[in-house]
Amino acid sequence: MTLYEPVIGLEVHAEMLTRSKMFCSCAVVDNTEAPPNTATCPVCLGMPGVLPTLNAEAVEMGLRVGLALGCTIPPFNQFARKNYFYPDLPRGYQISQYEYPLAINGFLDIDLPDGGTRRIRVRRAHLEEDTGKLTHTGDGASLVDLNRAGVPLLEIVSEPDLRSAEEAEAYARQLRSILQYLGVNHGDMSRGVLRFEANVSVRPAGSDELRTRTEIKNLNSIRGMVRAIQKEVERQIHLWESGQGVRQATLGWDDDRGQLIIQRTKESASDYRYFPEPDLPLLQISPEHVAEVRQGLPELPAARRDRFCRDLGLNRADAAILTAEQAVADYYEAALAAGGAPQPVANFLIGEIFRLMNADALGRDAIGTIKVTPEALAELLRLAQEGAINLNTAKRVLDILYAEGGDPARIVAERGLAQVTDEDAIRAAVDSVLAENPAEVEAYLAGSEKVAKFLMGQVMRALRGKGQPQAVQEALDEALAARRS
Amino acid sequence: MIDLTLSEVLDRLNNGAVTSVALTQAYLDRIRQADPRVRAFLTLTEELALEQAAAADTRRAAGGSAPLLGVPLALKDVLATRGIQTTAGSRILQGFKPPYNATAVQKLLDAGAVILGKTNTDEFAMGSSTENSGYFTTHNPWDLERVPGGSSGGSAAAVAAGMAAGALGTDTGGSVRQPASLCGVVGLKPGYGRISRYGAFAYASSLDQIGTLSRTARDAALLLNVIAGPDPLDSTSMPIPVPDYTAALDGDVRGLRVGLPREYFTAGIQPEVEAAVRAAVEKLASLGAEVVEISLPHMSYGLPVYYLIATAECSANMARFDGVRYGQREDAGDMWEVYTNTRGHLLGPEVKRRIMLGTYALSAGYYDAYYRKAQEVRTLIREDFDRAFEQVDVIATPATPTTAFKIGEKIGDPLQMYLSDVYTTTVNLAGAAALSLPCGFDGRGLPIGLQLIGPAFEEGRLLRAGDAYQRVTDWHIHRPVVEEPTG
Repeated sequence: MTLYEPVIGLEVHAEMLTRSKMFCSCAVVDNTEAPPNTATCPVCLGMPGVLPTLNAEAVEMGLRVGLALGCTIPPFNQFARKNYFYPDLPRGYQISQYEYPLAINGFLDIDLPDGGTRRIRVRRAHLEEDTGKLTHTGDGASLVDLNRAGVPLLEIVSEPDLRSAEEAEAYARQLRSILQYLGVNHGDMSRGVLRFEANVSVRPAGSDELRTRTEIKNLNSIRGMVRAIQKEVERQIHLWESGQGVRQATLGWDDDRGQLIIQRTKESASDYRYFPEPDLPLLQISPEHVAEVRQGLPELPAARRDRFCRDLGLNRADAAILTAEQAVADYYEAALAAGGAPQPVANFLIGEIFRLMNADALGRDAIGTIKVTPEALAELLRLAQEGAINLNTAKRVLDILYAEGGDPARIVAERGLAQVTDEDAIRAAVDSVLAENPAEVEAYLAGSEKVAKFLMGQVMRALRGKGQPQAVQEALDEALAARRS
Repeated sequence: MIDLTLSEVLDRLNNGAVTSVALTQAYLDRIRQADPRVRAFLTLTEELALEQAAAADTRRAAGGSAPLLGVPLALKDVLATRGIQTTAGSRILQGFKPPYNATAVQKLLDAGAVILGKTNTDEFAMGSSTENSGYFTTHNPWDLERVPGGSSGGSAAAVAAGMAAGALGTDTGGSVRQPASLCGVVGLKPGYGRISRYGAFAYASSLDQIGTLSRTARDAALLLNVIAGPDPLDSTSMPIPVPDYTAALDGDVRGLRVGLPREYFTAGIQPEVEAAVRAAVEKLASLGAEVVEISLPHMSYGLPVYYLIATAECSANMARFDGVRYGQREDAGDMWEVYTNTRGHLLGPEVKRRIMLGTYALSAGYYDAYYRKAQEVRTLIREDFDRAFEQVDVIATPATPTTAFKIGEKIGDPLQMYLSDVYTTTVNLAGAAALSLPCGFDGRGLPIGLQLIGPAFEEGRLLRAGDAYQRVTDWHIHRPVVEEPTG
């Protein structure tokens, strides 16, 4: 049996968080909330005689992404009309870029599961506008909402360098992270601000031929994209194995049913009849301007991750997790600024806070909204570090902070959670536990280590969990040793 | 009163000899009398016009002034007018009232103009006779059996017949200059980018330009003063200052170098047209201009290049008329049927022809041979003009090869119809400015037009030459007699 290797290229469509639309002054609104057709004007409704005017902010954002991906910015680029009829496309053509895109020849180094990295080439990034949205009603009518029509999009096209659905996922997640860092896109896929199309083919592993590929459209989440690619790879391997071969086609993805749907084959492929948009002059971008934009780029996720490793001594995996979401990295650094130590803060963030947020189905980028402030987290860990509370108590206090907010020291004081370090109190607790459990003491003296842990637990329990573990252990060891002799 | 030029009308309004209301009423009376025969107007805005006129009179009485305060004008129906039906001569837009004004229209309103109505046009400005209007054909006031030219035929006929003091049209391949020529009025197509195209329903976006129709070159200057200038709503409008076009009208053409391109005086031209144009050039020479023979070698490619680029852009520009958001819709069983029924039934044959030609020229496998090649030749044509303007200041040609043809004469033969624009399309391809002005009559008493072409933003040079010519000729004084309706 032949071993197959997938060959995957991704097109990522990112809505850009500009204030106004690509070619008119209408506000960009949240499509899931704004009433239909309220953010529209004659320009984005495609009324006769109106003309597009370019949103400079969208160009700036596109440039930032292009530069962050190491692209070349050609000295001029050009808009083009992509012609097709559909009710969500008011003019009957989409203004996009074709022959002369904004940015070309970049790359993204993705992290592989084995700890290595791989360079994925980015062919181009170009500006275009989004379409409106159709809602099909039960009675056969279609409702057109043009709030989204004309919202700026950046289409980022990779070369077919990805070799598995997992690599596609890593690419998508890292690209999403970069877009967030650049303030271009908040990465919320439930609102459709990030969408994917995948080109997929397979070939015998080790070969460098490019076989017939299919294109999967309508991928609105990273998870859905991964599943769709996996399904398509399986389908294509089956087609080659059974001798049928793969035919060029455009596929849709039904996320609810987890199914691929063949939308069109090559014979019925669209001819978009691209030609230069005569309503917009060539867009010239000077090298000075490119340099200026480059200067203004923020620290990107990979650089931040490397800095966390280098300066804070974190391991690469933790650093990658902490820097994937800008909000998380910002939160982390705020906790350090408030006096938190790098590793304990990292452990608590990744181990405890993410667990609590997961339980609430909160995305990590929502970390700025939780009731535990970075300052409170730093304070909590300081209390643990200084021995005022033990680690278990710290976790209990975190639960309280997460649910109610507040100041850790105050919570500890008000609820009497401070660690018991008083030697007499600890000794008293040890003595009473040993007195109450003569059989276990016997067993211990006969050599059972297991019983030692039980006794330790019983003492901690008697101290209502607040005993300073080391002091308790020492007192217990001492008392048992006394009984041994 | 209605035989006055716009400039004279303005003088009388300013010195109190007439009120705008009286003037507007006079034009409306003329329209009522003559338009049933000429059929220049698609929509009359009588009530609004009288309101605007009264407002202008009040403003003037209060000491106010504005460049066109109280002057009654007509607008081609491809220019968006807020709240006023704008059809572009198409059935598909019957009843469509735009919620916005074209920038040029807004500028006229801001300058105090009175809007009499919207004039007939070939559907979406595609045609040379108004016979492609989805509503009716306009008649040439000089001979009602003949076409007024097009596509701005309604505006040209309205000015020629004294139904407006001036008018706006649009010119993509000659649609202002050709009807001006055929109707014996002045037509100005400014350089591409001089006037905002915002609100002018697009036919071919890289060629379209709003222009003026008037009795005299001075009138054209008065109108251009108001509507020219950059517009934030049109990225292709030129960010350059607008001169005072009337200030340069001093009648002096001494030393003006006038080029006569030999390619424009060849077979197919009506002999009387050639004679009149040559005589007009001699007249300019007698005023001190120098006449130089020049060559524009790629002129013969003008029409084919025009019909590739214009139809390609048109095929995209027409796509928005799908019945989904505005205008007329023909409902049907499914979405695609709504598209095909609406567009199939409500767009006319010439529009469909151009959509198909343009779609073909842009199709995969044909793009390089047609659209790209046409753009390359367009560059050669532009370079022809650039070279010529190193030698001469203006270029003189006939505006059209013949005088007005009969209604029905060419409508069955698109190629013959297209040839009517053979002298005008190259100007749009080059983005240059051009002026068409009356320079004689043929044996049937039909007007002949002289075209003066200048560099893109040298409209002032053309107006100065045209004004100088009109100071010593009286072709523009002649008026057609539109027979009184009987009964």
